[in-house]
Amino acid sequence: MPVTETRLLLKHADDPAYGIDLASYEKVGGYEMLKKAVGLKPEDIRTEIKNSGLRGRGGAGFPCGVKWDLVDRKSGKPIYLIVNCDESEPGTFKDRQLVHKDPHQLIEGVMISAFANNVALAFIYIREEMPKGAKILNQAIEEARAKGYVGANICGSSYSCDIIVHRGAGAYICGEETGLIESMEGKRAYPRIKPPFFPAVLGLYQCPTIVNNVETLCNVPHILRMGAAEYCKIGRNNNTGTRIWCVSGQVQRPGYYEVAGITFGQLLNDICGGPLPGRKFKAIVPGGGSSKILRYDEKFKGKKPDGTPHEFTFDEIPLDFDGIASAGSMSGSGAVIVMDDSVDIMEALANLVAFYAHESCGQCTPCREGSLWAKKMTHRMCGGEARERDLTTLYDMAGNIGGRTVCPMGFSTTWPVQSYIDKFRPEIEAKTRENRLGMSRDARLIEK
Amino acid sequence: MAFQLKPETVEKIDRMIARYPQKRSALMMVLHEIQEEKRVISNEAIEWVAARLELQPINVLEVVTFFPSYRQKPIGKVWVRVCRTLSCALMGGYKTGEILEKELGCKMGHTSDDGSVTLEYAECLAACGTGPVALVDEDLFENLTPDKLGPVIAEIKKRAAGGTPTPTKN
Ligand SMILES: Cc1cc2nc3c(=O)[nH]c(=O)nc-3n(C[C@H](O)[C@H](O)[C@H](O)COP(=O)(O)O)c2cc1C
Ligand code: SF4
Ligand code: FES
Repeated sequence: MPVTETRLLLKHADDPAYGIDLASYEKVGGYEMLKKAVGLKPEDIRTEIKNSGLRGRGGAGFPCGVKWDLVDRKSGKPIYLIVNCDESEPGTFKDRQLVHKDPHQLIEGVMISAFANNVALAFIYIREEMPKGAKILNQAIEEARAKGYVGANICGSSYSCDIIVHRGAGAYICGEETGLIESMEGKRAYPRIKPPFFPAVLGLYQCPTIVNNVETLCNVPHILRMGAAEYCKIGRNNNTGTRIWCVSGQVQRPGYYEVAGITFGQLLNDICGGPLPGRKFKAIVPGGGSSKILRYDEKFKGKKPDGTPHEFTFDEIPLDFDGIASAGSMSGSGAVIVMDDSVDIMEALANLVAFYAHESCGQCTPCREGSLWAKKMTHRMCGGEARERDLTTLYDMAGNIGGRTVCPMGFSTTWPVQSYIDKFRPEIEAKTRENRLGMSRDARLIEK
Repeated sequence: MAFQLKPETVEKIDRMIARYPQKRSALMMVLHEIQEEKRVISNEAIEWVAARLELQPINVLEVVTFFPSYRQKPIGKVWVRVCRTLSCALMGGYKTGEILEKELGCKMGHTSDDGSVTLEYAECLAACGTGPVALVDEDLFENLTPDKLGPVIAEIKKRAAGGTPTPTKN
């Protein structure tokens, strides 16, 4: 049987007859779930979301229902909901589709989630580089307001909630939830230390705050429509629902694909059409630039459900949270960057290290200094000026960043550096020894 | 001359401030409005914003200097940002950047002498599946391999010369 997409969130997005206006959304049953929701008890909706097993699509895969349970409801302070549409992890472009092609689906998800958590003011934090997305959202919110889906007395109930679209200003660290909150407060986006600053307790204005990714919240109306039990039948245990994978790089058909219950091989070979003509897959970044790289020819070790050990190939990795974790990496933001045998792996590493060096907020010494030092070293290792000890120093230094910083971004230098070296050491060593100017076959990957 | 904004911009800013539970929260949005009108955040603008939000100028300055999108030097009439991050680079993003440099007569990371174009590399623009990509003002141009640069160069030159932008989707 051919492998196909399971489109739930993107069901209408690419239909040429489907528009981003309210009428288009209502024609396909839009806002029916919000109407139903305001007649339910908030805690019943929360239970339904918990039972659906919905896991966060922003990076960490934390169960959405559990996150909502952690909200401090006794403080008497207002509760805020923030939608994370900062979408900046290299390789990720799914939230862009959801916002630009079906904005009302997101707004319905936001309003149901807001109602379920007694939120009276929600924010959508969208990166500056999506100016049209911000306009589309604002327009959709006004349309929804005119119909009583946003604002005062939603769907004729006593419940009221507004949404503010807040624009970022080009800093990746605003994707990290506490950095995002600081920037929403009008400050530099320096992430806060946890504990004590868990958003669920001490978030925006020191009030309980929920931060969820765009894709996470777009699932909410569907869960309500289908019911948790039916929703759980999509995907597999602990990995319920669909996921939108963003495939980029050297593959026949890059793009965004919403799938469930398939393997990594099925995504890259069947859906994306395999490698470019005459090429072979070499390495895959499975979950955004900061995730650990995988070799395409690698054999992974795992255990079957009955406990017997078994080996599996890259193609056999189940394409979901737990599947990619079992191969030693993470599914992160669902961003798959494919590299074929034309790529100089050292240059690819240097490219990503430059990203994280540019985006470190500068608050912690290990991340600020370490990422810049790693950038310097990886660049000279590409440029024919490697020093004798660079490789060892780079590896050891990178190992001293992650886990010693305020936010998890420290790992964004540690993981790529260490995994690229672990998996491609001979190639990287040869490159540093040869002392030649680095160059991938098709394209230059770093600044000269 | 004292710092002045168009009355409609001031009105928009005041409406925005009123929506936030705390005034300071509107800071980023206010800065966006000002930069859109002036193409720069000047010292006078910083003082104006501070007064409007009941902050000290340093509170505004530290935000302006933290976020790459805010500029203390004027942005050219057309703002071109070419993605240099991995997915785009794999498809030839740097080559695209070099050709644009030549064609537009503007060095990467600079504004052309006549102030018409600002050309820069940017980090991942969240459109990696159609790389290389570039953001020209508010418009995203995709699949910008070296052989497909004709239309985007023409559009940039047209805008730089004062022509109205051709509508695009995205
Ligand atoms: C450095 C860093 C960058 C992040 N960037 C994003 C982002 O761009 N978008 C996003 O949704 N989550 C991002 N996250 C995860 C958020 O902190 C947060 O966990 C997420 O938005 C929660 O939503 P979810 O539970 O629905 O996934 C980032 C985390 C870190 C540490
Ligand atoms: S780890 Fe890096 S990005 Fe995170 S707070 Fe520290 S310096 Fe900032
Ligand atoms: S890498 Fe260029 S848009 Fe993401």
